[in-house]
Amino acid sequence: MLDQFLLIAIPYMAVLLAVLGGLYRYYSDRFSYSSQSSEFLESRTLFWGSVPWHYGIIIILLAHLLVFLLPGLWKGIIGEPSRLYVFEVMGFSFALLTIIGLSALIVRRFSFRRIMIVTSPMDWLLLALLLAQVVLGAYVALFYRWGAEWGAYKAAPWLASLVKFQPDIGNVATLPWIVKLHLIGGFLIIAIFPFTRLVHLVTFPLSYLWRPRQVVIWNRKREKVRIKA
Amino acid sequence: MDIRAQVSMVFHLDKCIGCHTCSIACKNIWTDRKGTEYMWWNNVETKPGTGYPTLWEDQEKYRGGWEKRNGKLVPKLQGRGRTLANLFHNPYLPTIDDYYEPWTYEYDHLFSAPEGDDQPTARAVSLITGDYMEIEAGPNWDDDLGGSPIYAANDPNLEAVSDEDRELLNELERVVFMYLPRICNHCVNPGCVAVCPAGALYKRGEDGIVLVSQDKCRAWRMCISGCPYKKVYYNWNTGKSEKCILCYPRLETGHAPACFHSCVGRIRYLGLILYDADRIVETASVPDDELVQAHRRLIQDPNDPEVIANAKANGITDAQLASARISPVYRFVKEWELALPLHPDFRTLPSLFYVPPMLPVQAHIKDNSYDVDEVGASSLAPLLSSLEGARVPIKYLASLMAAGNEEVVEAVYRKLIAVRVHMRSQKVGDITEAEAKEALDVGGLDTDTAEAIFRLTAQPTFDERFVVPPMGREMAIEPTEDPFREKRETGFGYRTAPERRW
Repeated sequence: MLDQFLLIAIPYMAVLLAVLGGLYRYYSDRFSYSSQSSEFLESRTLFWGSVPWHYGIIIILLAHLLVFLLPGLWKGIIGEPSRLYVFEVMGFSFALLTIIGLSALIVRRFSFRRIMIVTSPMDWLLLALLLAQVVLGAYVALFYRWGAEWGAYKAAPWLASLVKFQPDIGNVATLPWIVKLHLIGGFLIIAIFPFTRLVHLVTFPLSYLWRPRQVVIWNRKREKVRIKA
Repeated sequence: MDIRAQVSMVFHLDKCIGCHTCSIACKNIWTDRKGTEYMWWNNVETKPGTGYPTLWEDQEKYRGGWEKRNGKLVPKLQGRGRTLANLFHNPYLPTIDDYYEPWTYEYDHLFSAPEGDDQPTARAVSLITGDYMEIEAGPNWDDDLGGSPIYAANDPNLEAVSDEDRELLNELERVVFMYLPRICNHCVNPGCVAVCPAGALYKRGEDGIVLVSQDKCRAWRMCISGCPYKKVYYNWNTGKSEKCILCYPRLETGHAPACFHSCVGRIRYLGLILYDADRIVETASVPDDELVQAHRRLIQDPNDPEVIANAKANGITDAQLASARISPVYRFVKEWELALPLHPDFRTLPSLFYVPPMLPVQAHIKDNSYDVDEVGASSLAPLLSSLEGARVPIKYLASLMAAGNEEVVEAVYRKLIAVRVHMRSQKVGDITEAEAKEALDVGGLDTDTAEAIFRLTAQPTFDERFVVPPMGREMAIEPTEDPFREKRETGFGYRTAPERRW
């Protein structure tokens, strides 16, 4: 029963909360829809925190995405021991990078008065959850022989069953509790996503790559006014 | 030809007394909120000096404005890809310590302190942390002579000046300075707009005012680096960039912006100019020494029938065109070629122009008396100003206002001197007409123009200084909203308080 709550109810509630909460905040309070940068108040330590954290977590998350979306490909990749070895080492290095970066960010928020001032309770909650999540992930990678396999053989089918609305926890219910914590932790982060600075994720300004350099906004409808002279 | 209207400005530095009234008028209206205390949308700097924020002109440090790379005009900050790669940490962002930590005093303690033997004090308290603090810098820390050898010597424009002249500038007996009031330049080719990843900064099509959409701003902080004038400020409390809005709510109701209106020296002029938006990139791409002339060519004649036809095609009204025809900015910048853009080498095509100040002449202490040399017996001596003997080197001013082109600056000064000589011969009569004629010829002015310059410089009325164009707002946004409902309920502008609740 507990497994059903943790591995079925929590994921669905988390995603529902993320989507509805995210939409609500976007339409009711767009002003706050960003990560409140504190670089202006402290820049040097931020560099050693923000840069390793972001680049580390982006690569780790992309790898997770690859495992979930194309488990077959992943099974092929790690089927060969030498390749598995390379991927294990790479994955763990990036995990270390995220832990170092995140620790620097946490220490920074504690040790600079100016930064403490602009830190909200939700920031602390988010930092704590993120740290727990990456440490759990790294722990699984380091101490469980089958860590790399479980993603594709256990978690991917479970996620697929959730997506298809035919929840099947057979694959994951038998995993060690520390692995289950990692799975649930992911959904907890998704759940609080719209209520934290994490919303900056969905505002990533990709369109900057092709937009015109200058932005001009006309109050009156210019096309109606403008006649070819 | 894509004719657009731009509300533009001229500051006549000869009249600036450095009183900071403009800064205070602005601060009291716009930047007295939490997170904006350190922002001075309008500030007055002493030149030579390092300015606010410290060394803002040093673009190797802050990488603002544009540069030509492989023949193409690109933001100096970084390319589009690197912008996204640097989102997590902008290496060129100034921090609060490049400005100053805002503070107040513990005034309450003066009243609430317990009875004792000592006079209670009001200690300085940080407006960021609320802790006691030592004040180490302020918004006009190098005002006037304050620490001149320390601050003035670091002015980036002094690199253009010879060692000998630099010594002259710093020698205490002859220390010289001028004031440089600065607001957002509302550039025609703004650097801040170009580097904003979120597209939150924009230029208003109708009047060219540059604004930050507070709802679109995502705190990526590139604009602060991208503006070479450091006139976009980061509100650390709301996580949004803010900047001078040229008091558009005042302009839209026919009033001059607060800093203009309150100016004690009456140095400020405001009016419409018309420019050809098709030629922006071309104009901003010319070599350094042609930038000022190219900028003047970009500005179009509001009496030219072709310009008028194109302006009307873009929705510029007859009333606005009429306003452009009597614009004091057009006269100073284009007709008389007296006003120069600040740092045209940043290639943002600023809409704020400066008439450089008449300069005191060089002097040396000789036999314990103050000896004005080099101008000696020449006819210009009584005018206390002569180009060749100017105490601030032309090279310095050329670095400030002409991207190093000394001829442009000299031409401006020849005109200013000509006006002075001519008016003196008229009013005081101690200069012969022949000498006045010679000065006019050197300056390339006729009598009528010289008198018109004198009149707009020394005796302009309020309405001549501020030709606020009819903004036509009734034609623009309001028809989409019901003014009767808005005025009774939420009002215009912010619909929600600019506060973070998450």
